[in-house]
Amino acid sequence: MLRLYDTPVTSRLLLGSARYPSPAVLAASVRAAGCEVVTVALRRESAGERAGQGFWSLIRELGVRVLPNTAGCHSVKEAVTTAHMAREVFGTSWIKLEVIGEDDTLQPDVFGLVEAARILCAQGFQVFPYTTEDLVVGARLLEAGCRVLMPWGAPIGSGRGLNNLLGLRTLRAHFPHVPLIVDAGLGLPSHAAQALELGFDAVLVNTAVAQATDPVAMARAFALGVEAGLAAHAAGPIEARDAASPSTPVIGTAFRG
Amino acid sequence: MKIQVNGDWREVRAAELAGALVDLGYGEALVSTAVNGEFVPAAVRSATALRDGDRIEVLAPMQGG
Repeated sequence: MLRLYDTPVTSRLLLGSARYPSPAVLAASVRAAGCEVVTVALRRESAGERAGQGFWSLIRELGVRVLPNTAGCHSVKEAVTTAHMAREVFGTSWIKLEVIGEDDTLQPDVFGLVEAARILCAQGFQVFPYTTEDLVVGARLLEAGCRVLMPWGAPIGSGRGLNNLLGLRTLRAHFPHVPLIVDAGLGLPSHAAQALELGFDAVLVNTAVAQATDPVAMARAFALGVEAGLAAHAAGPIEARDAASPSTPVIGTAFRG
Repeated sequence: MKIQVNGDWREVRAAELAGALVDLGYGEALVSTAVNGEFVPAAVRSATALRDGDRIEVLAPMQGG
């Protein structure tokens, strides 16, 4: 069973909670996906509207484990402060650490990420770093104390799938015992299946579900994709090859000799 | 005194953070706070003195990916 910082997790599909057409659709999508971990964020609260209070009630009713993020943070200082604020509000040491380095691609600032991860791990946080597929950065994050890595598949919200297959395979091969969750950029259940087929432990999906025409149906489709990919990986896929290899036995073929 | 709350200038009577949150209408809302970029845990809000011009962040759970 997959364990994230010693917490057993059955479902290999993690869902983001943003950009759904309504809170009710978010709740129905989480249920349809059967997911156990949902990402959340912190934002400025208006004393008049108190939108955050209603959202938090909804999440609590779902009975899922929350993974707060530091989305929108562009510096180590912002990310570390946000992590502390999230730990207090959400009552968890889990933190999906994002330090954004570039606004067009939302590419992680991997230098700031490693620095922030080192600080937060030392302060008792259980850090889920949103990173690239870069092998050396992954190694630095593990040295900093992370016990999970979350490499991107493609830029956040792009729906492009696994952009750098070689890099992701290399990451998987080098860290066979580290839980690896593909986070960001998936657009289709087949992308999720591919990640699991490659041996990744789980995927985190938000936009592809929330912005689908029917988010609830898409959540279910992603759950099926993840299930298929996990089963396929366990079943031992064949290696791809360049030449054909007949599947029907050649021995005994009629009209030969 | 005048302080900045989530980017907007506001007038509060209280001289410490816990009282200022009540003045501002947050009451018992589940929020997390920072003053001038530094996290202030709920337990020390009443002991956190405010000064004119302080920048307060009041954050709450929100949708996120």
